[in-house]
Amino acid sequence: MSIAVAQVRRDFLVAFRARADAVHPVAFFALTVVLFGLGMGPDRQAMGELAPGMVWVLALLATMMGTDTLFRRDFEDGTLEQLLLHGRPLFVAVLAKLFAHWCVTGLILTALSPLAGLMLQVPAEGLPALAGSLALGTPALTLIGAIAAALTVGLGRGGMLAAVIALPLFVPVLIFGAGASLAAASGGSPAAELLWLGALLAAALTLAPFAVGLALRVSQEY
Amino acid sequence: MADPWNEPLLCTRGLACGVNGRTLFEDVELTLSAGDLVEVRGPNGSGKTTLLRCIAGLFTEEAGSVRVRPPERPLYLGHKPGVNPMLSALENIRWYLALEGLSRDADVCRDAVDTVGLGRAGRLPCATLSAGQRRRAALARLVVTEAPLWLLDEPFSALDDAGQELVRSLIDRHRDAGGAVLCATHEPVGLPDAGRLELPG
Repeated sequence: MSIAVAQVRRDFLVAFRARADAVHPVAFFALTVVLFGLGMGPDRQAMGELAPGMVWVLALLATMMGTDTLFRRDFEDGTLEQLLLHGRPLFVAVLAKLFAHWCVTGLILTALSPLAGLMLQVPAEGLPALAGSLALGTPALTLIGAIAAALTVGLGRGGMLAAVIALPLFVPVLIFGAGASLAAASGGSPAAELLWLGALLAAALTLAPFAVGLALRVSQEY
Repeated sequence: MADPWNEPLLCTRGLACGVNGRTLFEDVELTLSAGDLVEVRGPNGSGKTTLLRCIAGLFTEEAGSVRVRPPERPLYLGHKPGVNPMLSALENIRWYLALEGLSRDADVCRDAVDTVGLGRAGRLPCATLSAGQRRRAALARLVVTEAPLWLLDEPFSALDDAGQELVRSLIDRHRDAGGAVLCATHEPVGLPDAGRLELPG
C-alpha cells in the first residue's frame, strides 16, 4: 500500500510544481465551453438538446489531452524504468498514478460540469445527471486513454496514434454518458445509462491497469 | 538442494541479444558472486547497455538465460538518471525507497543526499541542478538500496574527480558488504580484482 501512497503524493507534487501543464486540459474545457456558449446564440430550446452531448465531447477531448503526456515525462527521465523494476505490485502503482492524474483532470472537469451545463443552457433537471455521468465516465476515459498512452509512449510523438487507438474504446462511454444527461434533461430517468457507465468503469478499473503495465513493459524494449 | 546463499548473485548462460533482427552479442557467460566486480567493455554500439537492460529484466533476450538470485531485484543505474526534474533529490529518493519497500525515514534520505555531496542543493528541484549534480542525485539510490546486485551503465559520465572517487568508494563498500557489481564503462574503474567482459562489437 505504501507504493500507492508514495506514488499519489509524488504525482500531486509534480502536478503542483508543473501547474501550467496540469491545468492545460481543464483550461481547454473551460475556454471551449465559454466559446460555444457565445457562438451558439441564445436559443434556449435548441441549445438544451445539444448541450449535454457537447459538454461530454469537450470533457472527452480534455481527458485525451491529459492522458497523452501521462507517461512521457517519466519515460524520458528514466523514472518509468525504476517504477517497472521496483514498483511491486505494478497494478497498484499504475492505479495510483492514474488516480492522481484523474484528480487533477477528470475530477475538476466533473466539478466544473454543472457550471458548464448552465452556461450552455442544459435544463436544471439535467445537471445532476450530467455531473454524475462525468463522475463515472471520466475515470473510465482516463483508464482507457492510459492504455493508448502507454502503448505509444516510446514512439516520441505518438499523440495521433494514441487517439486512433483510444477513440473506438471511448465511444461507449460517450454514448452512455451523454445519454444519461439527455434522458434526465428531457424528464426521464438516467438510471439505466448510469448503471452502464458504472459497469464500464468497473471493467476498466480491473482490466486497464494490467494492460497499461504490459504496454509499459513493451515500451522499454529498445 | 543447493544452499540458496551459495548460489551466485547473477548467472547468465549463452545469453544473446539483438535489436531489430541484428544480433549484438551472443554466448555471454557471466557468473557474479558476492564481492565480484566485472567491467563490461566494448566499442560504441557493441551492446553494453542492452546487456545490462536485459539482465535488469527490461529487455527480452534472443537466446540463453539470465538468473538473478531471488528474491532480490537488481539495482539499475542507466543513462537516464531516473530522477524527476520537478522534485528535489530528497523527494526523489523518498519515492524510490517507497518503491523498494524500504523505510522512508527522513534521516535516511538526508544522509543519502549528504553522502553524494548535494547538501543544500538536495532540497532544490533537480531541474535547477547541473548535469553532474543530477547524476549525483541518481547516485543517492546506491546509498540507500539493499539490492545485492548493481548494474551500472557508465556511472562516471558527467561526474567530476570527486564524484568519480565517490562512485569508486560506493562500489568498494558494496563489495565489502557482500554485493556484486556489473559495470559498463570505457575507462577502467580502478579498483583491484576487477573481472572483465569484452563485447566484440
